[in-house]
Amino acid sequence: MNAMTERQRTFALFTVLIVVGCIAPFVLYPTFLMKLLCFALFACAFNLLLGFAGLLSFGHAAFFGGSAYITGYLCRDLGLSPELGLLAGAAFGGVLGALFGLLAIRREGIYFAMITLGLAQLVYFVAVQMPFTGGEDGMQGIPRGKLFGLVDLSNNIAMYFFVFAVFVGGFWLIHRTIHSPFGQILKAIRDNEPRAISLGYDVARFKLLAFVISASLAGLAGSMKSLVFQLASLADVHWHTSGQVVLMTLLGGLGTILGPVAGAFTIVSLENLLADKVGSWVEVIMGAIFVVCVLLFRRGVVGEIGALFGKKPAAGPAGH
Amino acid sequence: MEIFGIPSPAFFGQLLLGLINGSFYAILSLGLAIIFGLLNIINFAHGAQYMVGAFVAWMGFTWLGIGYWWALILSPLVVGAVAVLIERTMLKQLYKLDHLYGLLLTFGLALMAEGVFKNYFGVSGESYEVPELLQGGINLGFMYLPIYRAWVVVAAMAVCFSAWYAIERTSLGATLRAATQRPDLVQALGINVPVLLTATYAVGAGLAAFAGVLAAPIMQVNPVMGSNLIIVVFAVVVIGGMGSILGSIVTGLGLGVVEGLTKVFYPEASAVVIFVVMVLVLLVKPAGLFGKQA
Repeated sequence: MNAMTERQRTFALFTVLIVVGCIAPFVLYPTFLMKLLCFALFACAFNLLLGFAGLLSFGHAAFFGGSAYITGYLCRDLGLSPELGLLAGAAFGGVLGALFGLLAIRREGIYFAMITLGLAQLVYFVAVQMPFTGGEDGMQGIPRGKLFGLVDLSNNIAMYFFVFAVFVGGFWLIHRTIHSPFGQILKAIRDNEPRAISLGYDVARFKLLAFVISASLAGLAGSMKSLVFQLASLADVHWHTSGQVVLMTLLGGLGTILGPVAGAFTIVSLENLLADKVGSWVEVIMGAIFVVCVLLFRRGVVGEIGALFGKKPAAGPAGH
Repeated sequence: MEIFGIPSPAFFGQLLLGLINGSFYAILSLGLAIIFGLLNIINFAHGAQYMVGAFVAWMGFTWLGIGYWWALILSPLVVGAVAVLIERTMLKQLYKLDHLYGLLLTFGLALMAEGVFKNYFGVSGESYEVPELLQGGINLGFMYLPIYRAWVVVAAMAVCFSAWYAIERTSLGATLRAATQRPDLVQALGINVPVLLTATYAVGAGLAAFAGVLAAPIMQVNPVMGSNLIIVVFAVVVIGGMGSILGSIVTGLGLGVVEGLTKVFYPEASAVVIFVVMVLVLLVKPAGLFGKQA
């Protein structure tokens, strides 16, 4: 029904994304935008798992926060360059994701969610006790460093474009994953696992791979956040962060490409706007958004808009 | 007297503390199991309901002068009534959907409850007096036993085993179990399944509130007391497998003791030991100790 082909749509999507991203730092406060991009990447990574493979992880803060600590440690205490720090963070997320995944994918549904939550809590307690994490104070004074030894990232605009480039890279990777045969198999598993098994797919392996990709990108997002704010803290590994990323994804639209970005945008802006005005009522508002999303628009903002224009709704975990 | 090089009062003190924590794990995982069994919903608000239970007792005493013993009855009723409202207006709409939406909805409710209480009471916590009848303690020779703590263990176990008895040994329990298997068939027999579901959710929430009242005199009554506990209880549920009522009681109590003993021998690990046990159990028995293999 749409005149554009898939390839043209993708091209248009990325063109708009890049143009908006290049103009944004001259209109809005760059630090806010960087925070936004970090959480948007985190939410996109999470959505790859929940929206496309139907796996609700309640422990994604472990990858986000854990990698933030690793990158912080490598860049501050061992003097690694920022690009290597990010790669190491992503690698750490991937390895941790493989360990979590191996344990968690043996169970399904809510058990899967509870296992990931428990494992993440293990990481949280390790972070509280390890000497290099700074415990309650967090890890401060992480240097942004020089990109490839050339670009000084202490400049906010330079840092913004670096973060933006990493985000676009991550977003592209997720987009490619979803539109690959692998992504199709993930959707098949999400929609009807027994059928996928009977077609001969090694379902456990595909789930694990999705988990590892999602975890390493979540780790990358956390690493990036630690460089942007020069801080890694317990809040990043706390399970509230896991809940927050679920909320972003749900609000934006499970299983849509742009949903998590929209969700992250809404939540981060709301927090920034409300934090100094309503105090801890923010938590109540977040809870209320959760309730409203689950009860009234499970497709999320982007999903509802898509449905309005007659596009096939992208189902989240089964049940629409 | 020493046990493994630890002075016996310290050893038994930690063991008792472990038993008490274990009692809370047992009641809470029992409530979760009851709700999950019939409604297929992981009640993320369980911790919040426990916290509200404690606060209702505190508010009743501080504002209205209602004592501990009445609170033990009234608080579960209040929380249960709110639970009825939640089930009727919200949860009911989710049964036909994926389980995950129930988890997310109750998570949102928990956030709201926690936030509201944080706004009114701060996070520092309020203290609640031990009722007169249960003050003091007994010297057992090898340790000093505070009476209230002994009462908590006894009361919790009494509630757990009554729940077990009601579900496993009475005809009401048989109906409940039948309804988890074939709600349509039970409905056809003339039993009002929706009312059964509402009542189940209310009873589960009431159990959490009861635990909250029990906890009020020994723990700080504060808005985050539930959210810290519920994560551990989830781990307990994963370990136990939520397959049986008895399983959740035994696992809860056992893990409390394991945690208490860890505090004696290797205190640094006491916060993580339950999660370590969870990993070990998952490696050997993914369905949990008492779970049926899915």
